[in-house]
Amino acid sequence: MNGAQDLGGMMGFGPVVPEPEEPLFHAPWERRALAVTIAAAGLGEWNLDAMRHARETIPPPEYLTSSYYEIWLKGLERMLLARGLIGPDELAAGRSLREARETARPALTAGAMAAGLARGAGCMRPATCAARFAAGDRVRTLNINPTGHTRLPRYARGKTGTVERVHGVFVYPDSNAHFRGEDPRWCYGVVFDGRELWGADADPSLTVSVDCWEPYLEPAP
Amino acid sequence: MRALESILTEKGLINPAALDVLIETYETRIGPRNGARVVARAWSDPAYLDRLRQDATAAIAELGFGGRQGEDMIVVENTPDTHNLVVCTLCSCYPWPVLGLPPVWYKSAPYRSKAVIDPRGVLADFGVSLPAATRIRVWDSTAELRYLVLPMRPAGTEGWSEDRLAGLVTRDSMIGTGLPLAPEKAPA
Repeated sequence: MNGAQDLGGMMGFGPVVPEPEEPLFHAPWERRALAVTIAAAGLGEWNLDAMRHARETIPPPEYLTSSYYEIWLKGLERMLLARGLIGPDELAAGRSLREARETARPALTAGAMAAGLARGAGCMRPATCAARFAAGDRVRTLNINPTGHTRLPRYARGKTGTVERVHGVFVYPDSNAHFRGEDPRWCYGVVFDGRELWGADADPSLTVSVDCWEPYLEPAP
Repeated sequence: MRALESILTEKGLINPAALDVLIETYETRIGPRNGARVVARAWSDPAYLDRLRQDATAAIAELGFGGRQGEDMIVVENTPDTHNLVVCTLCSCYPWPVLGLPPVWYKSAPYRSKAVIDPRGVLADFGVSLPAATRIRVWDSTAELRYLVLPMRPAGTEGWSEDRLAGLVTRDSMIGTGLPLAPEKAPA
């Protein structure tokens, strides 16, 4: 969706402000927001793509004025409400008012958390068909504006580039985010000239590489 | 936050001990010193550098680093002609096993908006200026590949041990918004 998360190429936010000796967390609640978000994902009630979509459905004025952990917390609340794991009445009351329904998986134990962090949750899947494109192929991204989740940023739509790397087959977020299955697709590293993306005035020394799933691409005309 | 955590804990949907494990992991064990060790090894051992180019995930795992948000790694090398810069315009994708949790600026609108259209402006915000002829390669982490920049080894470090070299490798130099420290700036 064309939400506030899709920031590439926007202007007017001011300079990037690095923070010397930046602490890992700026308030104790940020630590909890990170931990609760990752722990709750272990219930198996949603996937990372669905959570990213929950965050990007925050209305743009709110998204752009929220800190990143606020965005995470709002995304988590939306997801828990949508999955029926908590109720608005409970959020208002600040405590549990009923027993939880059964979840896909039980709450992560300390051991399972440690193992899960060490192992990760890779999204690469076995290939079941040949890749349509090869390194060196000229490709054009589709001009799409889906109302659901996609990982093709606006600035890279309808643009011509070159496949630089065939990454393999990966879970397709446009499907997975909506609980329509992993639908794994080939994914490619595609490099675009800065002038193709931003016009003749762009920095001539710039290229931008974007990882694109196969359904985002067609052979360049 | 506290209310939500209480509700979930009361319902048995989260386990406080599991939360402690996660926080302890990223506060004490996983951070940019891991990435610095990868870079220092690559600077020191040509065979390791080759393996890093061939299969970064496996080469990084040799040093004991891997897992969540680093399942499929790619290393991009700076050269005298090319400077690499990593961003996630759509959210905050970042290679956790080698760099830890991302800094606030990496997740912020100024960085995510500007990195792909004006990377030299971003570098200027960090006090870094590169020759006009240097090719700037920006990597937008739109999929589940995670990128680590391999900065150039500073001149004047011939014969240095890996440990000493690792002291020159800043977090920002592995994102591309900075350069390694000069040898005379090495931590004591």
